[in-house]
Amino acid sequence: MKTAAYIGVALAAVLTVACSRDADTSKTEESQPSASADFQKQLLKQLISAQPGDVIEIPAGRFQLNRSLSLNVDGVTIRGAGMSESVLSFKDQIQGAEGLLVNASDFTIEDLAIEDTIGDALKVNEGENIIIRNVRVEWTNGPSTDNGAYGIYPVQTKNTLVEGTVAIGASDAGIYVGQSRNVIVRNNRAEYNVAGIEIENTIGADVYGNVATNNTGGILVFNMPNLPQPGHSTRVYNNRVFKNNTDNFGHEGTPVAAVPAGSGVVINSNDLVEIFDNEISDNDTANIIVSSYYTSGFYSDKSTQDDFDPYPESIYIYGNQFSGGGKSPDHLELKALKLAKFGLGGSLPDILWDGVVNPEKLVDGELPEKLRVCVDNGEAGIVNVDAANDFKNISTDITPHSCSLKKLPQIVLDFDSPAGEGDEIAQAEAADA
Amino acid sequence: MHKLFWGGVLALALAGCEASREQVVIHGRDAVPERLSDWHIVEVIDGELSLNAGVTPYDLNTQLFTDYAHKLRTVWMPAGSSARYAEEAFDYPVGTVLSKTFYYPKAGGGGVLRTADYSADFSRSGLDLDNVRLVETRLLVKREDGWQALPYVWNAEQTQATLEIAGDAIPMQLVDGEGGSNAFTYVVPDANQCAGCHADNHTNKAIRPLGPRARHLNKEYPHKLGSYAEGAQNQLLHWQQIGYLSELPELAAIPRNASYSDTGFPLEERARAYLDINCGHCHNPAGPADTSGLMLHRAEQDQRRLGLCKPPVAAGTGSGNRRFAVVPGHPEESILSFRVESTDPGAMMPELGRSLVHEEGVALLREWIAGMPGDCL
Repeated sequence: MKTAAYIGVALAAVLTVACSRDADTSKTEESQPSASADFQKQLLKQLISAQPGDVIEIPAGRFQLNRSLSLNVDGVTIRGAGMSESVLSFKDQIQGAEGLLVNASDFTIEDLAIEDTIGDALKVNEGENIIIRNVRVEWTNGPSTDNGAYGIYPVQTKNTLVEGTVAIGASDAGIYVGQSRNVIVRNNRAEYNVAGIEIENTIGADVYGNVATNNTGGILVFNMPNLPQPGHSTRVYNNRVFKNNTDNFGHEGTPVAAVPAGSGVVINSNDLVEIFDNEISDNDTANIIVSSYYTSGFYSDKSTQDDFDPYPESIYIYGNQFSGGGKSPDHLELKALKLAKFGLGGSLPDILWDGVVNPEKLVDGELPEKLRVCVDNGEAGIVNVDAANDFKNISTDITPHSCSLKKLPQIVLDFDSPAGEGDEIAQAEAADA
Repeated sequence: MHKLFWGGVLALALAGCEASREQVVIHGRDAVPERLSDWHIVEVIDGELSLNAGVTPYDLNTQLFTDYAHKLRTVWMPAGSSARYAEEAFDYPVGTVLSKTFYYPKAGGGGVLRTADYSADFSRSGLDLDNVRLVETRLLVKREDGWQALPYVWNAEQTQATLEIAGDAIPMQLVDGEGGSNAFTYVVPDANQCAGCHADNHTNKAIRPLGPRARHLNKEYPHKLGSYAEGAQNQLLHWQQIGYLSELPELAAIPRNASYSDTGFPLEERARAYLDINCGHCHNPAGPADTSGLMLHRAEQDQRRLGLCKPPVAAGTGSGNRRFAVVPGHPEESILSFRVESTDPGAMMPELGRSLVHEEGVALLREWIAGMPGDCL
């Protein structure tokens, strides 16, 4: 049974009036500090005292918070009046590594914005049945290394839906799903992050209907070593991934700091990944990059657990619409490569592969078909830069990639309604935001 | 200095002898009083924070750093009940109340004093409120269904502490012995944030006491009433003696963390003890920081999981533009050093419980890393 837990009505009314014009003039108007302090205390108390089934409503208005919020109770919904209407701003945050930290299952958050957190905006650490819907996370001063790391950050979750969200300005990933299982990321918009959308060490993810633009890298599917769960089985489809050419502003040492600016879709060290039916265009380094941990920029024998699989295997690329891209690659060696191989006015092919394969899995000098990077994508070309041999045998031969792989199953979430009207609304809202 | 400190605590332990005092009251989970005094665990009486009968002070080999606050820890159990010994975590009886009072010695001009010297904190039978400023008292109460964490914040008059489940932020001025002064905000965590540290198993999310465990308690401490000459007693033996601990094995078989500041212990043990109490509650295989792959609890033996040449996973700003958690020989290149030296809430470690850098702890970790052989590349 659901009980609505409202923030003090009088307080909400005051704030709504005071902030009703803030949607458009948010940077010049601040709500009264004392009112926000009361709001913060009320909200903290609601979160702490929440009972399963509660709906915590965030009224319209712009609220300044200076401390991290957290929720530890299962079955709670946090709901605002819209991602432009209900804004939690952490501009002067003095404490906490997140805006909102959730350690709970059966959690829904929707229709609000979290801005300018000092660390991550929304982190969900362990839990099942997580819905993050129509939430905007944003660092309002544009891309900056000083911005918090992750926008929307479910980690070690099971059955997770991220939809209709907007993520802007994260110094690591706008939307980052890590070490999770059974995930849908759809109809979101990620802009001006280092990584727009990142799926890492996750088993079973469908990433579709998203727009990723103006990030350093649009959509990333990574595996990192030294973690309990290696990931596999991600489908990236029906997304629009274009002009992800923002200079990398990640912190050196973080995995995404090694991503070249101008990367559309990047697969690193992950297996069983399908990229199909996307529109991928004008990403200046390459529209798709497939690479191993060895070329991620921070590999060393000493830094990696012994049983880590650094090779991307069973990668299937088909039916995408490519245009532009590859004209002005980031990273010196790629610039040199482009110039030498494709000329001043030329461009790298749509797919850039580091060419590093597991020598133990070669049969007669070749990878078995089921482990290859398979490309069935019309005219799209691939360049194997032969990174393992210092770029000696660069090849654009598509023949070894003329193969097909068994398609991955669709991800199904029990709580998810069938695709239809709801999706269109979410998509329209995401586009409007 | 130690002599004076022990003397103070000894006096404190005598406090329970006052006859007129109400007994400890165990309020229900859903009927928690607004006022700390209603528990009758610790109360302000005659200018002192004094302990009730059976409320027993204890100390840890190495404690968690909280902005140079001094801490008075106590344990109380219902008559006839006792905790059952286990190496990792005791099984405390329902009704156990642990208290931890955070306070500072007063400096002139309304500031608080940064000092490791506890000797002036105590008067005849409690904390001397002429000399110390109380900040907060946290209770952990063992219920049928697990522990409940309750933060109480002391008022400016130092007469009463009130339940503040939303925590608090208190501007303070820290004054050191050499005339230096440092403004900071002391942040009282909210009740959920208590779980951020105390739910060291993040999957079942159960709150547990962190300090009162065998390896932290295994030290001499002057509980024993009687002449000072008889001195201190091992805390675990004392708990057993007063009926608070059962199934205690031979002392020799009980793990013991080093005191991080006692150079009589090997550097490695001191650093690991410091990491264990300050970091291990999150950085353990079941803890909330297991997402990072960095494990800093006492039992960890794998060097890479301990950070050696380990690249970060999701450190973000916390990487400090450094490539590995621990670079042997080079604290200035190690993410671990960067994070404990930071006061940026988005980068610092631990994430909660401090606004200041623990200079002595940082120095210890730097020395530990500087002494490691090898390299990462």
